[in-house]
Amino acid sequence: MSDVASLVEPHIPALRRYAWALLRDDHAADDLVQDCLERAVRRWHLRRRDGNVRAWLFAILHNQFVSGHRQRRRRGVAVPLDDATAAAALYATAGADDPELGVVCRDVLDGLAALSEEQRAVILLIAVEDLSYDEAARVLGVPIGTVMSRLSRGRDRLRSYVDGETDPRVRLRRVK
Amino acid sequence: MSGELDFGGGPPVSEDDIQAAIDGRLAPDRRPLVESWLSAHPEAAARVGACRRQREALRAVLAPRVELPIPSRLRVAHIAASRRAALRLRFWRAAAAILLFAAGAAGGWTGRSLLSPFGDVGNAGPGTELTRDAIAAHRTYVVEMRHPVEVDATQEAHLVQWLSKRLGHQLKVPDLTALGYRLIGGRLLPGTPGGPAAQMMYQEEDGHRLTLYLRADADDHGTAFRYADSGGVAAFYWVDGGFGYAVSAAVDRRTLLRVAETVYRECEGKDLPDASR
Repeated sequence: MSDVASLVEPHIPALRRYAWALLRDDHAADDLVQDCLERAVRRWHLRRRDGNVRAWLFAILHNQFVSGHRQRRRRGVAVPLDDATAAAALYATAGADDPELGVVCRDVLDGLAALSEEQRAVILLIAVEDLSYDEAARVLGVPIGTVMSRLSRGRDRLRSYVDGETDPRVRLRRVK
Repeated sequence: MSGELDFGGGPPVSEDDIQAAIDGRLAPDRRPLVESWLSAHPEAAARVGACRRQREALRAVLAPRVELPIPSRLRVAHIAASRRAALRLRFWRAAAAILLFAAGAAGGWTGRSLLSPFGDVGNAGPGTELTRDAIAAHRTYVVEMRHPVEVDATQEAHLVQWLSKRLGHQLKVPDLTALGYRLIGGRLLPGTPGGPAAQMMYQEEDGHRLTLYLRADADDHGTAFRYADSGGVAAFYWVDGGFGYAVSAAVDRRTLLRVAETVYRECEGKDLPDASR
């Protein structure tokens, strides 16, 4: 059991960050992470020995998020999208050295909440959690081409949100 | 404008290149090409610049989230321990079910005690549940290297004040140094609907640990010392003045009894109850 702890624990802070950025609610995010960890401990013997523990954990978390989201939608429970206090504290921290960055931060977090869940997940996994495009594709269970197009659309949408623009700028054709 | 996506007749710059440029993940052999293409296409370059700034902003705004302390319910040791307890319970339930079936209705009652995951604690009575919870908490936290306690012994006065307030009972931290155990601290734990529980942890010079578990217990008659043992962890428990105590450690019964007696004397300031030795 000790290798579960030593291999899994280093990733818990990142899993909590990802869960929080998806849900924007401290308790719901930690519930999600707890579900993920319980499942990871239960399925530890089933993981690929040579596999990447971080991507494996994010995949479990993501699956729990998706199934949990379906349940939430079925039950019709409102998920708080904004924890004003926590968000305000974040803006204050991020904007401490650079007030202009603080403004962008507020906008970008609000903009992220306005994206589709799929776009939000892709952007967070790649731009914040530093997963490779391949890893993100495996975590989300979609082809890499889908990851790239969600990333591109999500970023453009985020930019329009933050810039207050509605017309999509020139987008290049995907080759591959 | 036929070749907007082409650069110098080389391979076209794709949308994937743009995303990789935003993430700073262009392959070294591809970077010069994409960068010179961008310098010739200011609109695309502006888009890359804006997306990069947003990426930085997002990372900056979410960076503090990884610095937050991890709550104990998300510790892997805790989760693994609860799972082991659940598996044990399932095993004993299955064993009991088989036994009850085999023994038939007449003899079935004898299998009742197997319903408890702690066979030796199985004699239902005051303190059984307390002991089970105490041993589970002992197992969960004695293995912790980095976070064995919530409040450490350097803040003993605060620890006592805090836990006394939460448990609604003036606690006293027994001094076990004469037995070679030094207090390392304590923590608050979920208890019963009647209130939370507290755990104090002590450590010997060689790192061996002992815990004292306390919580309110409705049994106001009080009990004698009782002994229980589960998978290598021994416990003495007793109830006195509406309060339950359990001392747990992976030691032999005689050693643990000495500790329990000291704890009793220190906490109660009176002579031993009728100890069942």
